[in-house]
Amino acid sequence: MPLKIVDVKSVESENNILRKFPIFYHTNFRRIVKMKVVYFDNAATTKVDERVIRKMLICFNKKYGNASSKHEKGREAKIELEKARRIIAKSINAKSKEIYFTSGGTESNNLALKGLFFQNKEKNHIITTKIEHDCVLNTCKWLETQGAEVTYLDVDEKGFVNSKDIENSIKKKTLVVSIIHGNNEIGTIQDLDDIGEICRGKNVLFHTDACQSYTKTGINVKKQNIDLITLNAHKIHGPKGVGALYIKKGTEITPLFHGGNQESGKRSGTEDIPGIAGFGKAVKISNFKEVKKMKELRDKIINGLEKIPLVNLNGPKTEKRLCNNINISFNNIEGEAVGGYLESKGVYTSTGSACASNTLKQSHVLSAIGLSPIKVNSSIRISISKYTTEEEVDYFLKTINKIVNKLRKISPLIIREKSKK
Amino acid sequence: MKYNKKILKHFLHPKNVGEIKNPDAIGKVGNPVCGDIIEIYIKVDKSKKGEKIIKDIKFKTFGCAAAIATSSMITEIAKGKTLDKVKKITNKEVANSLDGLPQIKMHCSNLASDALKKAIENYEKK
Repeated sequence: MPLKIVDVKSVESENNILRKFPIFYHTNFRRIVKMKVVYFDNAATTKVDERVIRKMLICFNKKYGNASSKHEKGREAKIELEKARRIIAKSINAKSKEIYFTSGGTESNNLALKGLFFQNKEKNHIITTKIEHDCVLNTCKWLETQGAEVTYLDVDEKGFVNSKDIENSIKKKTLVVSIIHGNNEIGTIQDLDDIGEICRGKNVLFHTDACQSYTKTGINVKKQNIDLITLNAHKIHGPKGVGALYIKKGTEITPLFHGGNQESGKRSGTEDIPGIAGFGKAVKISNFKEVKKMKELRDKIINGLEKIPLVNLNGPKTEKRLCNNINISFNNIEGEAVGGYLESKGVYTSTGSACASNTLKQSHVLSAIGLSPIKVNSSIRISISKYTTEEEVDYFLKTINKIVNKLRKISPLIIREKSKK
Repeated sequence: MKYNKKILKHFLHPKNVGEIKNPDAIGKVGNPVCGDIIEIYIKVDKSKKGEKIIKDIKFKTFGCAAAIATSSMITEIAKGKTLDKVKKITNKEVANSLDGLPQIKMHCSNLASDALKKAIENYEKK
């Protein structure tokens, strides 16, 4: 059962109860009173849309056949599979046959890069950036142990890669340029048109990881000259564990999995029909009206946060930013602590701070755009969704103001900053 | 990060926050692992028995929830105790008083006890 959403007024009264009776800080209390959850971590994952769940349910208990079976149950499943494939192909102006379903973004990125590397013995050079998702960076690092040469391009202070740098890095042995479309931490949207044109001109393959940007900003594989695209479902209100890789017709890759030759042999294994049908549904119901609404709320949050003294927005402040991403550093206080206070008020965010990471490693993306270690540790990411309401935004802005004030009173850094002036 | 009730209490409602005007000593430490900074201010007085005790103690911390909670906890433990006893406070004691810290956050408790020890060191150097 999803938690009941209560209005903002009762959120405040609940916090009053908590103040008076701190014993209730036990997390169960929130479950008992059904406290409102303001979920601002949609770049991590999203709530599955009810329409997607309905679609998936049918594939679990009615159309449960194996899409490879030749009988009616199998055909039913196959129809759902191909329907989803058509929807996804259409959404990026590709052909159905160019869409291969996988278990998600990580697998798609692995399949793209490893698949190309092992397929092409004569070319071993990969160009990527320093702000990729870990699943691209760690795949590249591993490929280096297998004989690949990888160029990790720098980005500017807003997170944009310079197309001249790409052009200059391409050499005879360059196999593929792999660049993230919408950055998961700072929301920077790279210019695919530009990069695609360079790659075509130089005759190298172009792969982009579009997990964060898919359905939020237009992708057109023909117009943008893209050879491979990583897509996934759970960032767009679909299920976890489902993704896709677009592979342009004629581009050969070596599969990671060998088996029953599903997905034209590129990805063996019985297809996850409920997941794939849910993915298709999530794509089908996505629309630009929601994007417009998210942009408005995003800008409201950015404007509200920028009224707090000594803050920096990380990433661009233009149309070139993901519609659901806000990343901000609050000078002199720690992102993990801000997140902790926000959580106590029912608001869930994330941070690039080393303190919040399981390995005490800072965000490589924020370091790559030139933030000092202290600024990286002071950052939080707010990522909204189509379900985000104006009320939630107002509640968040009011709450964050108080939290920043409180934590700055605890911080030893603030005085130094004052005395410097 | 999942924190227990006691850590959350000290994090969300820290005790002894701030500075002491004209402190007898200050201990400042920074943590190279995660970038946290803790400052502890102490005021020392003599007890009826003539022993030196921590009369007042305050802290300021730039750090995560665990760093703030351990700072708050250590000031609570040290307050009113003799300098000799305070010097013996270990990071494990701080962590235990908080009903345990997540393993990856143990370095936060080191930081708090180091800051306190530094403050006493600075006092004794005077």
